[in-house]
Amino acid sequence: MTAADSSLQAIRPPPPASLAAGRAVAGRRTLFLLGLALLLVLLLSLLAGRYPAPFWLSPTRLWQDPMARQLVLNLRLPRVLTACLLGMALAGCGTVLQMIFRNPLVEPGFLGVSQGAAFGAAFSILYLGGAPLLVEGSATFFACVGLALSYLLARRARYGGWILRLVLAGIAVSALFSAGVGMLKYLADPLTQLPGIVFWMLGGLWGVTWSDLLYLLPAVLAGLTVMMLMRWRLNLLSLNDETAFSLGAAPGRERALLLVAAVAATAAVVSVAGIVGWIGLLIPHLARRLTGAGAEKALPASLLLGGLFALVCDDLARTLLAGEIPLGILASLFGAALFLVMMLSKNIRVQR
Amino acid sequence: MNLTPSSGILSVSGLSFRYNGTGQAVLRDLSLEVPAGTITAILGPNGSGKTTLLRLLLGILQPQAGSIRLVGRSLDSYSPRERSRLLGLVPQEEHIPFDFSALEYVLLGRAPYLRPLEIPGEADRQVALEALRAAGLEHLQDRPLPTLSGGERQLVTIARALAQQPRVLLLDEPTAHLDLGNRGRVLDILRRLAAQGITLLLTSHDPGLAAAIAHQAVLLRAGQVVEAGPVEGVLTAERLSATYGVPVQVFQVEGRRVIITN
Repeated sequence: MTAADSSLQAIRPPPPASLAAGRAVAGRRTLFLLGLALLLVLLLSLLAGRYPAPFWLSPTRLWQDPMARQLVLNLRLPRVLTACLLGMALAGCGTVLQMIFRNPLVEPGFLGVSQGAAFGAAFSILYLGGAPLLVEGSATFFACVGLALSYLLARRARYGGWILRLVLAGIAVSALFSAGVGMLKYLADPLTQLPGIVFWMLGGLWGVTWSDLLYLLPAVLAGLTVMMLMRWRLNLLSLNDETAFSLGAAPGRERALLLVAAVAATAAVVSVAGIVGWIGLLIPHLARRLTGAGAEKALPASLLLGGLFALVCDDLARTLLAGEIPLGILASLFGAALFLVMMLSKNIRVQR
Repeated sequence: MNLTPSSGILSVSGLSFRYNGTGQAVLRDLSLEVPAGTITAILGPNGSGKTTLLRLLLGILQPQAGSIRLVGRSLDSYSPRERSRLLGLVPQEEHIPFDFSALEYVLLGRAPYLRPLEIPGEADRQVALEALRAAGLEHLQDRPLPTLSGGERQLVTIARALAQQPRVLLLDEPTAHLDLGNRGRVLDILRRLAAQGITLLLTSHDPGLAAAIAHQAVLLRAGQVVEAGPVEGVLTAERLSATYGVPVQVFQVEGRRVIITN
């Protein structure tokens, strides 16, 4: 049997040696093109809008009109940068959570983070006056409370493995907070407070200022940096615990570090932008399609794609109609549509 | 145990372990000496403590009593990186929910040789390709793992452990899910690895596997060693019957042992 086996292998044509190297180059080219596209869209986004006329501000006008310059520098620039960071944080967080929980269906709202933030925002609008920074602070605080509760609950639970317990705890805590949000909505003054809560929960970047951007920047940058530095380790952490351990990893500690980084970045952007769904679930899948599953390429691709997707959605949200469409609605619309297309094309994968 | 103690690359003495909470000891006063470059099979019925022993040898679990020595040093004294350069694991079934290519997966075996946060480079790629070649899978390097057959996946897992360039390889039920052909392929590669000087320690609930490739066998029952030594002495009808609790017969067919139950 042995002899037959090895002779079979001798008959098989040897693989071209450059194939793997060719794939590495292709991966790098994909990342380069995505980066270029993001840069281009960032610049174009500064010109897109409804001043002076719908859709487009010409560069010459920008040069001559001081009002247009003010608008671009003080309103559009912080908003465009925030949209980009929002997409990056959510998509990066999605990739990280999917890999450390070994489950491609996990997304940043998982573990009570989004619902906790929503509760915090609603609470501060109702009882603390609703000043923007206060809403953001309260949302961040309750997002962390959501995470901590999920974690402690999973630690105490006596059922199933660690990951299953975390998932169940996350579901339970999210449900608690969303019941709380429902209660706050019921108690809110329908004319003054309820619209604020509803708009916050729809998700959007209207009225984002430089101070909002500065508020979320440290947490997002720190979170993204940790993710990027540990991007190859993510592959290792997607193995089961014993194998990761046998390869010299400290699965518990490394997962905890990445989890904190991912949730910090998410809580910061959610506190400013409200709940924007789908990006954290969809973009990591799309990125893996483009570059392969290895997170050393899939994570950067996910960050770039996330930024791109959020930016385009936000551009459409503020230019399509005279009034603004909530970003959360557009992101869900395009996200779900794209997801459907991906599901239907799942089987069309080239296999060598 | 009487297996030339001086050459032991992995030695265990007086090992006892119980999971906290449950009072029952999983392993009791277990001693074991594994000579370099040999294949040792840990045999025993389900629940006899095989998997727990493997987890102790890996360092995931800490024993309450006894010591484990790897290449002459206490297992505790190694850093995770040092340890993982000497000791590899082939788990029973590796469930990976992402579409890594075979090569990407095997490259994970290079982790013990990378600086913290380093990404594997060309030299690591060459070692990984070499490991794939040793498992006879070079032609599958670009295939996503989910498209591989069960046997191919087990071989890729072995290749991933080989990319660690370990001195000792622990294998948990290496042929449990395989059909006859794949089982033969895996055994063939394991024999070759032992011939190259890698020490193999495998668990199995199937004495037939030990009869096929092991030099030594250790029979475990309820956390204690029933018998240990060269396979000829351990895999006897009498001992197997006593350990598994059913009548077992052992035949010699063309110099090999065949084990059957009625």
